[in-house]
Amino acid sequence: VKRWLIAAVVLLLGKARRAARLPERERIVPRGRPDRGAELAVFWLLIAAAVCGVGFPVVYALDPPHQTQFLGLSLGLCLAFLAAACVVLANRLVVTEHLEEDYPVTEHPAEQEDLEQLVDESGDRFTRKRLIVVGAGAAGAALGVALLTPAASLGPVFDIEPFFRTPWRRGRLLVDENGRPFLADDVEEETFYTAFPQGADREQMGAPLVVVRLPKAELELPPERRGWAPDGIVAYSKICTHAGCAIALYRTPTFRPTQPRPALVCPCHYSTFDPARAGEVIFGPAGRALPQLPLAVDSTGHLRAAGNFSGAVGPSWWGVRNRRPHA
Amino acid sequence: MIRRAVRFLDQRSGTAPLIRKSLRYVFPDHWSFLLGEVALYSFLVLVVTGIYLTLFFEPSLASVTYHGSYAPLQGSEMSQAYRSTVDISLEVKAGLLIRQTHHWAADIFVASIVLHLLRIFFTGAFRKPRDLTYYIGLSMLLLALLEGYLGYSMVDDLLSGMGLAIGYAVAASIPFVGANLAALLWGGPFPGKHAFESRMYVAHVFVFPILIATLIAVHLLLVAARHHTQFAGRRATERKLVGMPMFPAYAPRSIGLALAVAAVLFLLGGLVQINPIWIWGPYHVADATNGAQPDWYLGWLIGALRLVPSFDVTIGSYTLVPNAFWGGAAFPLVVFLVLFLWPWGERRVTGDRGFHNLLDRPRDAPWRTAFGAALFTWVFLIFFAGAGDRLFVLFGLSYSLQIWIFRVLVVVAPAVALVVTKRVCDELRAGEAVGADRRAAEAEAASAAELTAARTLVPTSGEVRR
Repeated sequence: VKRWLIAAVVLLLGKARRAARLPERERIVPRGRPDRGAELAVFWLLIAAAVCGVGFPVVYALDPPHQTQFLGLSLGLCLAFLAAACVVLANRLVVTEHLEEDYPVTEHPAEQEDLEQLVDESGDRFTRKRLIVVGAGAAGAALGVALLTPAASLGPVFDIEPFFRTPWRRGRLLVDENGRPFLADDVEEETFYTAFPQGADREQMGAPLVVVRLPKAELELPPERRGWAPDGIVAYSKICTHAGCAIALYRTPTFRPTQPRPALVCPCHYSTFDPARAGEVIFGPAGRALPQLPLAVDSTGHLRAAGNFSGAVGPSWWGVRNRRPHA
Repeated sequence: MIRRAVRFLDQRSGTAPLIRKSLRYVFPDHWSFLLGEVALYSFLVLVVTGIYLTLFFEPSLASVTYHGSYAPLQGSEMSQAYRSTVDISLEVKAGLLIRQTHHWAADIFVASIVLHLLRIFFTGAFRKPRDLTYYIGLSMLLLALLEGYLGYSMVDDLLSGMGLAIGYAVAASIPFVGANLAALLWGGPFPGKHAFESRMYVAHVFVFPILIATLIAVHLLLVAARHHTQFAGRRATERKLVGMPMFPAYAPRSIGLALAVAAVLFLLGGLVQINPIWIWGPYHVADATNGAQPDWYLGWLIGALRLVPSFDVTIGSYTLVPNAFWGGAAFPLVVFLVLFLWPWGERRVTGDRGFHNLLDRPRDAPWRTAFGAALFTWVFLIFFAGAGDRLFVLFGLSYSLQIWIFRVLVVVAPAVALVVTKRVCDELRAGEAVGADRRAAEAEAASAAELTAARTLVPTSGEVRR
C-alpha cells in the first residue's frame, strides 16, 4: 500500500511540475522555493490521517468495549491530522502572498437615479395613486389574514376554559404513582408524597399533588380553609406557580436544623412555599401561592378531595387569578 | 486535465471570469476573523450529524414501555421520542458518537457566534456599510438559541420536559395574549397535544435550519460584496485592503480550520460525555430534579428567572405581568433590542454616517467599549447567577444570600464596568499619545543630531541613526 501511495504521489507531483513548466506566460502566483522537508511532513500527516480513518470502520466492526470513545478518537484524529497537513501545506508549501486590493466603490449614484426614474416613469399612467394603494393595502391585509387563519387550528386560541380545568372534584380518591390509595394514617410527617387523582390522566398540570403532614399546632390556614387539612394533612398542586416545574423538594428541619419551618421548594428557580400557611411564597420568584386542594378522610380512612383547588394551577397568565378551577 | 475541467465548466456556465476573480479574493488576516468561520463549520457539522440522527429519531409522544438493554429503565413508561433517543445512544452503533458530537457542535456553534458578535461589536465592524450584515448575524444568533432549545426539548427526557415547562410558562406570561399564544403553540395547556412534538421536530429539522442556512448565505454574500474589514496598517487603509488571496494562500488555511473544528467536535463527541439522557429518565408532568442546568447558552435566562423577586403585577383580579415574563422574555428582549438598535443609536449620537472599512481598536471608541463592557457584564453576571445552586453545592455559600448579592451586583457591577472601562481606554490612549510624542521628539532629536553630525563631518552617525 505504502509503495503504491508513494508512486501515486510521485506521479502527481511530476505531472504538476511538468504542467507548471509548460506555460510561458507571465506568472500570476509568484515563484517560491521548494521545501522537501515540508512535503515529507505533509505526506506523513496524510498517511497518519489515512491510518486513523481506516481505524473507524475497524473499530465499528470489532465492536470493542468503549466503542464510542475509540470511534471518536479515530475520526477525530483523522480530521486532526488532515487539519495539521493543511496547516503545514499552507505555511510551508503554498505561496503566501500579501496582495493589495481596492475596496469596492461605496455606491453607484447614476444607477440609483436610474432606478428611481424607472419606477417613477412606470407609474405615469396612474392618476389616482392613493386609490390603488388603499385598494392594494386592503387586499393585501385581507389575504394575509386569510392565509393566517388556518393557523388558528393549532390550538384553542380563544378558548381559555381548559386553563381552569383540573381532574379534581369532591370525593375523588388520592392515589400514589402505582395507583394505590393513600390511607390518612400512613401519611407521615417530615416527608412528602406525590398524589394523583384516581382514574384520571396524570400528564396534565392540574393532576399531581404534593401531600405533607404537619403538626396540627403549626398549621396557620385562613379561617375558611380550616376544614381542608384533616389530621394536619395538607395537599397542594405540585406544579410551581412561577414556571410550571414540579415541586420536587421538601425542606424540613430534620436535615436542615437552621431552617425555621418546613418548606416546599421548586428545583428550577427555587421558589419556596410554606405548606403550613396556605402555600404562600416565602422565597424565590413565584408570584402566587400554591393552589391548595381541600382534603377529607372517608369512612375507610382514605384521603379524598373535598372539592377543587383554591385557585388555578400552573404558571401565571393574565386571567389566572380570575376564578377557581372546575372539574 | 485542469485546462479541460475549466473549459468544460466555462463553456457550460460562463463563469471563468467570476471564478478567476473569486480565487484572488483578498482575505485580511487576524485571528479574531476566524470566529465566524468556526461558527460556519460547526453549522456544517450540525447539519451532517443532524441528518444522521433524523434517520433514527421518532418524533412521537405515544407511550411505550421500555424493554431495551439499559437495566435501570426496564419497564418504564416513556414516549417514543425518548425511547428512540435512548436507543440511538445505547443500541445504535456509532449513534452515541454522532448524538454527542451534534450536541457539542450546537454548544460550540452558539459560543463562536457570541464571540464573533463580541469581536464585531468592540471593533465597530457593524458600522456602515456592514450594518445589514450585522443585523442578519444577530438574527442568526436568535434563531440558533431557539434551534438549540428545540433540539434538546424534543428528546422528552426529564430535563427537556422541565425546560419545556419553563418555556411554556414564559410564553403564557406575555401580557394579555400569553395564554392564548401558549394554547396555540402547544395545542392547549401544558403539556399540550401530542402534535406539539411534531411541531418542535419540523421546526428543528426543517424550518429553523433552512432559515439559518439562508441567512448564512446572505450574510456571506454581503461580506463578499463589501469585502472584509481590517485593522489599520502601513498599507491597509480605508480604501485599500491587504491580505492573502483565496487561492492558493487562504484556501488551505480555511480548510485546515474546518477540519480542525470538525476534529475537536468529534473528539469531544467521542471522549467527553454530554447530556446522558438515559440517566435523567423520561419526563412526566409530576417529575423534576434538583441541580438541573440548561445548555450554557440558555444559562442567562435561568439566571434572570431566578433573580427576579417574588411578585406578579396585578390590576384587580387580572395579572398584567406574570413574574416569569421579566426573566424569560423581557430580559432577552432588552439585550437583543440594545444590540439591534446599537448601530442606529451610535450613528445618531456620534453623527458619524460615513463608510468604515477600518476597524476601531476598542480603546479608540471608549464610550462604545465602555457601554459594551457594561452590557456584557450585566448579561454575564445574570448568567453566573443561574449557577448559584452549583456554587452552593461546591462551596456551601448560602443560596438565598447569593441571590441577594447577585441582585445588588447586577445593578452595581455594570456601572462600575462602564466607568472602569472608559477610564482604561482613556489611559491607554493617553499613554499612546505620550509614547507617540516621545517617539516624534526622539526622531526629531535624532535627525537634528544627524544633521549636526553631518555638518561637523564626524562619522559616528551610525549609532544615532534609527
